[in-house]
Amino acid sequence: MLDLFFHSQLAKGAAECVAAALLSFAVMLLVKRRGVNLLGELPIAQLRGILQIVLVGAILTWMLRGPRWTSLLALAGMMLAAASIVRQRAKTIPRAFTLALSSIFVGAGSVLVVLILLGVIPLKAAMLVPVGSMVIAQTMNMQSIFLDRFRGEVTSHIGEIESALALGASPDAAVILYLRAAYRASLIPSIDNVRSLGIVWIPGIMAGMVLSGSSPIYAALYQFVVLTTIFSAAAFTCFVSSYLVNRRIFTANDQLLLRK
Amino acid sequence: MTPAPYLMECREVSRKLDLPAETLLLDRVSFGLQNAEVMAILGPSGAGKSTLLRLLNRLDEPSGGSILLNGEDYRSLSPRSLRRRVGMIMQPAYLFPGTVRENVCFGPRQHGLTMSQEEIEELLEQVGLAGYLNRDVGTLSGGEAQRVAITRALANNPEILLLDEPTSALDEAAKQGVEALLESLIGKRGLACVWVTHDRAQAARMANSLLLLEGGQVKDFGPAAEVLRGRAGEALNA
Repeated sequence: MLDLFFHSQLAKGAAECVAAALLSFAVMLLVKRRGVNLLGELPIAQLRGILQIVLVGAILTWMLRGPRWTSLLALAGMMLAAASIVRQRAKTIPRAFTLALSSIFVGAGSVLVVLILLGVIPLKAAMLVPVGSMVIAQTMNMQSIFLDRFRGEVTSHIGEIESALALGASPDAAVILYLRAAYRASLIPSIDNVRSLGIVWIPGIMAGMVLSGSSPIYAALYQFVVLTTIFSAAAFTCFVSSYLVNRRIFTANDQLLLRK
Repeated sequence: MTPAPYLMECREVSRKLDLPAETLLLDRVSFGLQNAEVMAILGPSGAGKSTLLRLLNRLDEPSGGSILLNGEDYRSLSPRSLRRRVGMIMQPAYLFPGTVRENVCFGPRQHGLTMSQEEIEELLEQVGLAGYLNRDVGTLSGGEAQRVAITRALANNPEILLLDEPTSALDEAAKQGVEALLESLIGKRGLACVWVTHDRAQAARMANSLLLLEGGQVKDFGPAAEVLRGRAGEALNA
């Protein structure tokens, strides 16, 4: 129906945004009847969201026209932002920002480089930035789960860990059970994503490719590649983290620093 | 070379916390522990007893002073080899998930040693747990768990055993059993022990010497009977 009133793509897009915002406002009015009032918070969140995404759109437009290094700059910026978010989640782990950044850089970075070298991801801003952002975002999520769970496991098992140290165990041996539990917990959502692919959800890249005229089969295969890449990058990032984190939570004299 | 007068010696050892606020947990604590001697550390809650024990195993770092093992500053040893020589038993037992055998073998395995089945069985027999080799530790009573913790520490063949209130969470029967077991093991092996307790009667029964701590400071140190008869020891009884 909006087509009848708006003829330019930009104007139509703006009208669609207003319509979507009004719809969510109506739902919130309904929710208010149950005593949950988010009417003040919602417009601010929506305004912030739209400004951010439009800004990203503008940057993407500039990058698509600009040299290739701008994509790498964007990915580096995303890695910094992701590390900063992970740091907030893992606040009590000393030097968590450098831990997160170096893990994401090695984990996500190396997987992206391999796929670029193999030609799976073309070295073009239009592909590299969206796929790279998905890889970094999922890496960030998994690392947050990993570090949060690991911190929780360690602080609930201080007695067992110090008993192991008191028997002459190395820090690695003292926390290995808790590292394994955290690693497993961080991998489960990604494995479930791959397992439920196409049945529970049809991811954005595949939907976008089909809408833009690609063969649905090729789109499906490419989506699998992207999801598997995300999984590899995130799992490798947590793997790197699992080695770095012990240097943060133990002193050079094998004394546990983390406390409840 | 003259042998060191003490197996373990603490010289003016302090422990200070900088965060969240500067707190002095131990203030210039000194004592000497001889071969085959049992020294009790007695004092009210918050006196610094467990803090001192953790320093002896180097689970925490002293802020000042020095700790000598056979006359040698213990910082010259790697923490892992120090902890092998100075074993520690905590309360509760903090057993690792798995079987009794896995727990007993844990210490030697950390140093690349494997224990034969006979060796493990012999140790378990000494602590009154014959036949418990393949028992899951989740099925053990409090007293049995503490005996496994003792066996696990002994499997490393330590020179000194640090005991952090090893019987405080046990019922009277289990407490007497563990106390008798420790007494016999200490006698047979000629082990030196540092035994943290808040139980005056237990200190009198088990210890040769006694270090009385209060507010992180040594109030008295000497032969157990003398310290307990002294003014500070009597005050503790009041």
